[in-house]
Amino acid sequence: MKTLAFVTVLFTGVAALAQQTTAPAGNADNGKKLFVRDGCWECHGYAGQGGRDGVRLAETALSAAQLTRYIRRPSGAMPAYIDKVLSDAEAADIWAYVKNLTGPKAAKDVPLLMELKGQ
Amino acid sequence: MAKSTKVSVGRRGFLKRAAAGAAAALAVKPGVAGAQAPAEAARPAAPPASARQVALETAPPPRADVYTTDRPGADFMVDVLKSLNFDYIFANPGSSFRGLQESFINYGKNTQPEWITCCHEESSIAMAHGYYKIEGKPILCMAHGTVGLQHASMALYNAYADRVPVYLVLGNEQEIAFRRSDVEWTHSVQDAAAMVRDYTKWDDSPLSLGHFAESAVKAYKVMMTPPYEPIVLCANGGLQEEPMPEEDRRTLRIPKLVIPSPPAGDSAAVVEAAKMLVAADNPVIVAGRVARTPNGIKLLVELAETLQAGVLDRRFRMNFPTRHPLYNVGSVTTADVVLGLEVPDFWNATHTQTPINRMGMTSRPTTKAGAKLITITAGDLFSRSNYQDFGRYAEVDLAIAADAEATLPALIEACKRLMTPDRKRVAEERGRKLADEHKRTRDRDFDLAAAGWDASPITTARLSAELYQAVRKEDWSFVSDTTFVSWWPLRLWDFDKHYQFIGGHGAYGIGYGAPAAVGAALANKKHGRITVNIQCDGDLNYAPGVLWTAAHHKIPLLSVMHNNRGYHQERMFLQDMASRAGRGIENTHIGVALNEPNINYAMLAKAYGMYSSGPIENPKDLGPAIKAALEVVKKGEPALVDVVTQPR
Repeated sequence: MKTLAFVTVLFTGVAALAQQTTAPAGNADNGKKLFVRDGCWECHGYAGQGGRDGVRLAETALSAAQLTRYIRRPSGAMPAYIDKVLSDAEAADIWAYVKNLTGPKAAKDVPLLMELKGQ
Repeated sequence: MAKSTKVSVGRRGFLKRAAAGAAAALAVKPGVAGAQAPAEAARPAAPPASARQVALETAPPPRADVYTTDRPGADFMVDVLKSLNFDYIFANPGSSFRGLQESFINYGKNTQPEWITCCHEESSIAMAHGYYKIEGKPILCMAHGTVGLQHASMALYNAYADRVPVYLVLGNEQEIAFRRSDVEWTHSVQDAAAMVRDYTKWDDSPLSLGHFAESAVKAYKVMMTPPYEPIVLCANGGLQEEPMPEEDRRTLRIPKLVIPSPPAGDSAAVVEAAKMLVAADNPVIVAGRVARTPNGIKLLVELAETLQAGVLDRRFRMNFPTRHPLYNVGSVTTADVVLGLEVPDFWNATHTQTPINRMGMTSRPTTKAGAKLITITAGDLFSRSNYQDFGRYAEVDLAIAADAEATLPALIEACKRLMTPDRKRVAEERGRKLADEHKRTRDRDFDLAAAGWDASPITTARLSAELYQAVRKEDWSFVSDTTFVSWWPLRLWDFDKHYQFIGGHGAYGIGYGAPAAVGAALANKKHGRITVNIQCDGDLNYAPGVLWTAAHHKIPLLSVMHNNRGYHQERMFLQDMASRAGRGIENTHIGVALNEPNINYAMLAKAYGMYSSGPIENPKDLGPAIKAALEVVKKGEPALVDVVTQPR
């Protein structure tokens, strides 16, 4: 089952490598199209915000190479995309798109959430 | 249906007139014709009578037609069913129970139970499902024994898997001579309940009114003995529509109903469980359908606090206050004792399997080596084999076949008795750590809710937050499942009352959500509660006529659409399958997307006579739209806000 536990696995599994790889430049415009075509939004949300079934991708801390590696052999329940379906270049494009998605606000920046939390 | 043009005569008391008419016919004497003899004498002799004429004059007179009765059998059936104290009847009309329906609305005065008009039998049963989980009282449903039951069957399976009692009466014409047309032949069945026998607890097809009375009371008793399950009782058409036999009028009686006390666990086994729990360093409680009643919540809180054990809620019922520091903390992976209370999928709660994105299947326990497993469940007292809702066999160390809520008082007492000062100190230390964990989880949930706050389509977190903001100062009741909205209400709202959460489908039969919400709202109506429903789009499309039922019967219900324009769970499964096959997912919208054209649920609700607004796409418009709809609901009517949402 795709659960939030997957978030932990993903980030702890690859974060150590985050600074060791060189991210190829990707085409963010094409990445936006692929994000929809390849169904990334289905689990990660249209804003890359994450949810029950997929981790947050907006402002991802992963490099393009790390993201690609994860897409090929995901550790959670995410479908594995082979290169025939999604090439390395396309994966880099998706990375370029999500890397530049506006990151989430913190709860403290949303008055309604703070009101609900403090009630 | 067209009304008869015959002269209307009250059926009560008509028998006398019918009998008098019949007597008059018989009183015609053969000699009467002789009174005209003088005139006849002048005529030529008549030819001899034909054989047909002789037969007509000498045969017994034809049976006098009887049109009415003062007491059809259905009246007695109504007396029986009224004795069971149902609040409502939920039914889509059906000719095979027309006798009962007429008796309920006239002889029974349409009160206790009151007839609620449903547009689909699946809606009837799901409404009863939702009603029960709020009110704790079963509903009487009616349906054709054939086509009605076929419609109702999925909802019945949901109720069965969710351990919810539903009292279903089926109309059927068992006597072939009484079947007047091809319709009544196609609507008749030899063994009506056979189709649903695998997922009902008991059924009968009574052959007499006395038999009906006894079986009706027995059915109620069986249904209300844990584990609660639906029952089916067939009402034969002839029994409903024909007059009560004179003999029956003097002798029929309604048996006394006594509901058995729920089965509590064996005392020695309960003490054994208490010893294991008190001695544990990291006990954890897994809660399934524990709280049958509001008292179940109090008992579970008392047990958890006594042990200072985390409660992992499977979200089947309102079991435990969501803001309690022991809510959803701890883990089966670190526990040395796991106590499962009415958990139907205990094996799943304690194991992991190969995820769907890989081939093959292996499984392993998630519990640590040497961990002790205890279950208390009435599920061990009742099993069927065909439908597999019972789950995989769980290897446990102690299985107590009993109702958990009924067993908790003894278990709490035993734990308290065994709690030494040393164990109490250990428990308190554990409790402090779990409270910290609860706070961290809550902080994280609120931060996650902020992600995509201003996005369009609107996130399910924002939808849940805006909805809570609108109703949180009211006496609210949340009546929909949270699975498809990432459980956000349970993560953000403050649930602490039994009627504030009722779990979900039972068997994931989609089409449950809308009718269950309407049924739950009807139950809440008399208590003046604001009923809130996050309504999935795919679910509403199964039988949207239930919106009319809510409007017609003025059932206050605030529905906010989770309109993600698709059967999204299935879309994700297709994505998995396409990826496994290495084919890409370009085509996985086929058969699962609900767009082109987009469905306008605000217009749909309006067509059924309900206040509505939307579709809302800008998150800034959401709060005001919900607030306006809430004002309608407060006036006692249903309202729907269509919201275009993120997938989950």
